[in-house]
Amino acid sequence: MPEGTLCNKKPIDSAEALNTLLSDTSGEVYYREMKSIEVDTKLLWKTIQNTCKSRIRTWLEICAHCGMCADSCFLYLVDDHNPKQVPAYKIQSTLGEIIRKKGNVDNNFMIKTMEIAWSQCTCCNRCAMYCPHGIDVGIMMGYLRGLLYQQGFVPWELKIGAGMHRVYRAQMDVTNEDFVDTFEWIVEEYEDEYPGLKAPVDIQGADIMYTVNAREVKHYPEDLAEAAILFHIAGENWTVPSKGWEQTSLSMFAGDWAACKMQVETVYDAMERLKPKIMVGTECGHAHRATVVEGPYWVGRKDGRPPVKSIHYVEWLADALKTGKLKIDPAKRLKVPVTLQDSCNYVRNHGLKSATREIIKHIVEPGYFIEMSPNKEHNYCCGGGGGFNGVGLYRPQRNKALITKRDQILSTGAKLVLAPCHNCWDAIRDLEEEYTIGIEWSFLKPVIIKMLDIPEHLRPRE
Amino acid sequence: MYEFLTGFMFWLALAICLIGMLVRIIFYFRGLSWQLDRVAYKEFPMSGFKGAVNSIYRWLIPFGTLGWRKQPLMTVLFFGFHAGAVLVPVFLVAHNLFLKEKLGFSFFALNPFVADILTWATVICGLLIILRRIALPKVRILTTWYDYFILFISLAPFISGLIARYELGDYSFWLTIHILLGEILLIAIPFTKLSHVVLFFASRAQIGMDFGIKRGGIKGTTLNW
Repeated sequence: MPEGTLCNKKPIDSAEALNTLLSDTSGEVYYREMKSIEVDTKLLWKTIQNTCKSRIRTWLEICAHCGMCADSCFLYLVDDHNPKQVPAYKIQSTLGEIIRKKGNVDNNFMIKTMEIAWSQCTCCNRCAMYCPHGIDVGIMMGYLRGLLYQQGFVPWELKIGAGMHRVYRAQMDVTNEDFVDTFEWIVEEYEDEYPGLKAPVDIQGADIMYTVNAREVKHYPEDLAEAAILFHIAGENWTVPSKGWEQTSLSMFAGDWAACKMQVETVYDAMERLKPKIMVGTECGHAHRATVVEGPYWVGRKDGRPPVKSIHYVEWLADALKTGKLKIDPAKRLKVPVTLQDSCNYVRNHGLKSATREIIKHIVEPGYFIEMSPNKEHNYCCGGGGGFNGVGLYRPQRNKALITKRDQILSTGAKLVLAPCHNCWDAIRDLEEEYTIGIEWSFLKPVIIKMLDIPEHLRPRE
Repeated sequence: MYEFLTGFMFWLALAICLIGMLVRIIFYFRGLSWQLDRVAYKEFPMSGFKGAVNSIYRWLIPFGTLGWRKQPLMTVLFFGFHAGAVLVPVFLVAHNLFLKEKLGFSFFALNPFVADILTWATVICGLLIILRRIALPKVRILTTWYDYFILFISLAPFISGLIARYELGDYSFWLTIHILLGEILLIAIPFTKLSHVVLFFASRAQIGMDFGIKRGGIKGTTLNW
């Protein structure tokens, strides 16, 4: 069978196709069909020739096979030092093999490669910091995912996720109307509590354009309200775009580069349209990586920067606390043992290690903050990054992967884990569910709101 | 044979090695693509330069990075092997006398005792690196016959050099073998994994630019390798 009805090389481009794929519970038919779809070896080789240039080719060639990357990989460590989890092995036996065979690989090989690309690497890029040659297996896995996606070998949920971005320009079926309605409604809910609280949509020339994660709209609308409250109390001149509000990119996890470009273009268009001074994104790691770090390259911006200066929520928050726009009531600071999850996507991959620590200084009573070990740019992935959290097929592997973070948290003795990243937050929630270690976990917004020293005229009405 | 190896073959091997390395480095940098690699190399030359220098420098210092400190045994073997592998071929007294005769110039010459120690360190560390390959499952799974071949052609000139230096057996025979093996090594450099002689610097520079320009460098935070 060259192509399946559900599992095929064609991206999802319509709501009907999305619904059809969604109705295939757990991708049962999808994965059955995958076992017999054909590999277009000519296309595969042609794509490699066009896109695999000296950086990746040199990495594959000069890899000394020294194994120094092994211990940098949390999946190797947590899988009882299984040599098949050595990063160099994972990439040499997949992408390396495809290139050595000039694309002549079969269905069975591609299915195994798919498993490695999505269940044995979260693209956390930690190995790049431990390789003497500076070889970044995470980047190569990302590239490999693109090749797999093009051939139809992609986990069911991620094919859907990429399709969502193509159809809705959001990772979930949230339309622009849904977003604006939800945002206005939830802000209205809090208007009585916070006098003057507004839901500013499409304001031209605001200081801040705020972008979110569609999950917040669909499942956690309080997060939108919390963002509004904090901007309000900080006295910011801010807005959200009615179109181009979604910062995430499941297409990045899926390797659907065309969809990545489509998605991020909507955000950049909003920047061009509303001309804010800066963009602030929500507490999400991969969304920041997609829109601020990688996105400019997807759309071909030579300076590698979005059209306006774009920062992560933790950068805004650190600055607001430092400059006194937001004031913390010292009596309300956290007085439980607290630790912090450094997100790979904006700490290792965008250098924001000090912003979160600046926030900690303001909100945690001295003596109560305990660093994880390792931390900052050397921190381990939460266990669910790179799309791992969302793929049902690899749930057992994902659950095992959570053990690393569980043990890191346990050794801090912390009772509360601050996780300013949706993926990390999910992973930590799941590890508590799976292993019950008696911790709480939180984004920053709800924690900060509880301890704010609010100016008299903005105080919540009794 | 000796004349041929120290005459035509010497020039040929040296030319292949130097031109080959130059070609490899040119092709490497020409093959970098700001859009495919997703690094704005040309837009931020200073950040890129700083990142590249930091990335190379830190990794050239024994125990200079967390990666080296985490694996002290490998670090000792690595630097033990490479110190001699880099210094002895260029700075040995005998090699410099030869260079002076052939090219009319020579480099600083190593104290012979130091050169002996470095050579022994290279050979012993090289053999231990082979043992490590066999002993550790995480390295064994990666190892191919090609890796052993590379280790063999890298170590052979040093072993034959030691045999000649201590005059074990027929000196002129072992000297000839030593020169032949050295020239094989020179010729192999541009065409094999040994191209890391130059591509190590290229690859480290690239990842340094990547972190320096895109992944945080611009944020003013230096990556703690």
